[in-house]
Amino acid sequence: MSGEPRPGAEREFAHPDIVIQPHGPMLVRGAESIRDESGTVHAVDRPVVALCRCDKSSRLPWCDGTHKVIPR
Amino acid sequence: MRMPKPRGALSEWTVARLGASAPEVALRPAPNADSWDDEAIALWTLHELSYRGFEDATDEGEWDPEVLLVRHRLESDLEARLRVRWPGADAAPADVPAALETVVSEDDGPSLADHVRRRATLDEVLELLRQRSIYHLKESDPVAWVVPRLPVRAKAALMELQYDEYGDGDPNRLHHHLFAQGLVAVGLRSEYGAYVDDALPETLELNNAVSLFGLHRRLRGAAMGHLAAFEMTSSLPSRKMVQGLDRLGLDGPMAAYYDEHVEADAIHEHLASQDICGTLAEDEPDQAAEILFGAWTCLDLEARFATALLEQWDVGS
Repeated sequence: MSGEPRPGAEREFAHPDIVIQPHGPMLVRGAESIRDESGTVHAVDRPVVALCRCDKSSRLPWCDGTHKVIPR
Repeated sequence: MRMPKPRGALSEWTVARLGASAPEVALRPAPNADSWDDEAIALWTLHELSYRGFEDATDEGEWDPEVLLVRHRLESDLEARLRVRWPGADAAPADVPAALETVVSEDDGPSLADHVRRRATLDEVLELLRQRSIYHLKESDPVAWVVPRLPVRAKAALMELQYDEYGDGDPNRLHHHLFAQGLVAVGLRSEYGAYVDDALPETLELNNAVSLFGLHRRLRGAAMGHLAAFEMTSSLPSRKMVQGLDRLGLDGPMAAYYDEHVEADAIHEHLASQDICGTLAEDEPDQAAEILFGAWTCLDLEARFATALLEQWDVGS
């Protein structure tokens, strides 16, 4: 057994609830529901969801990867 | 599941040895493989002992030293082949997520999803689903082996991703269960391993590589790179699969399986590339190149599989 601490063993890690991806969606952790632009409330049943930021997703408010095929 | 049909001398020996049958074959030293097909099905069979096993194989076979020697030889050959194919790359730990983007953007393999969306016949789609069933009925299982081998941040992120893969606590939403329901809905068999005798060597090699990466702590970086490339190239093709299945009137549970992956993998790709691979490379810098090896290999094996199927269907890529 190694006596050396593993890297990061005693650190506090940054773990934000909301992460904005460059040229990508907004990741949201721990949400229970999301209200979209039209006022519809969507239940969230995952630990993390990706919200569309390019407005071109076929399944708003969720990201479907469409931003990758839109020229920047 | 029963053991697959042998495809040559080595797989015949493997089945005899694991089944404790045909002692005249089983007690001989393991022969060399006759072919790539023989080698691939033998290794697939040996790896399967660490997943669900076979009803006609002894449970002790998984750790039978003779069998482990054969597994080691086949895994070494497979790994050497994969490493020779890889052109090689490296990145500073902080640049690993960007380097993964590059690996994905440079992939020029043919797209089965494009073919399914536009032109594939019903028979072609069913053949694709039979081939995919070898992995999709144990989707995420090889990745689960990596959890205890990761540093803190990558471990937490992998669990966040895997929790979603395994249905967020709801067995009805577990991904490989969704695929099984999809198979039934399109009239195919849903039992684990039902179509392994139909599996192309390319399908088996793709599966064997994931098992190899999952089973060896040494290859944890490759396993996580493979996962990242898989997730980063899933959302858009899954949407095309939904469109193709709809076009063919298969707009039920199988389309729902792919539909789930449009949304889930648009999330998972970020977790995999940054929170898993990015932090793993920061904590263990020697894993950076391994992550890129795994990612490239994922796309290369997928391209080989797609090429084989499209050639079989006589479709120009």
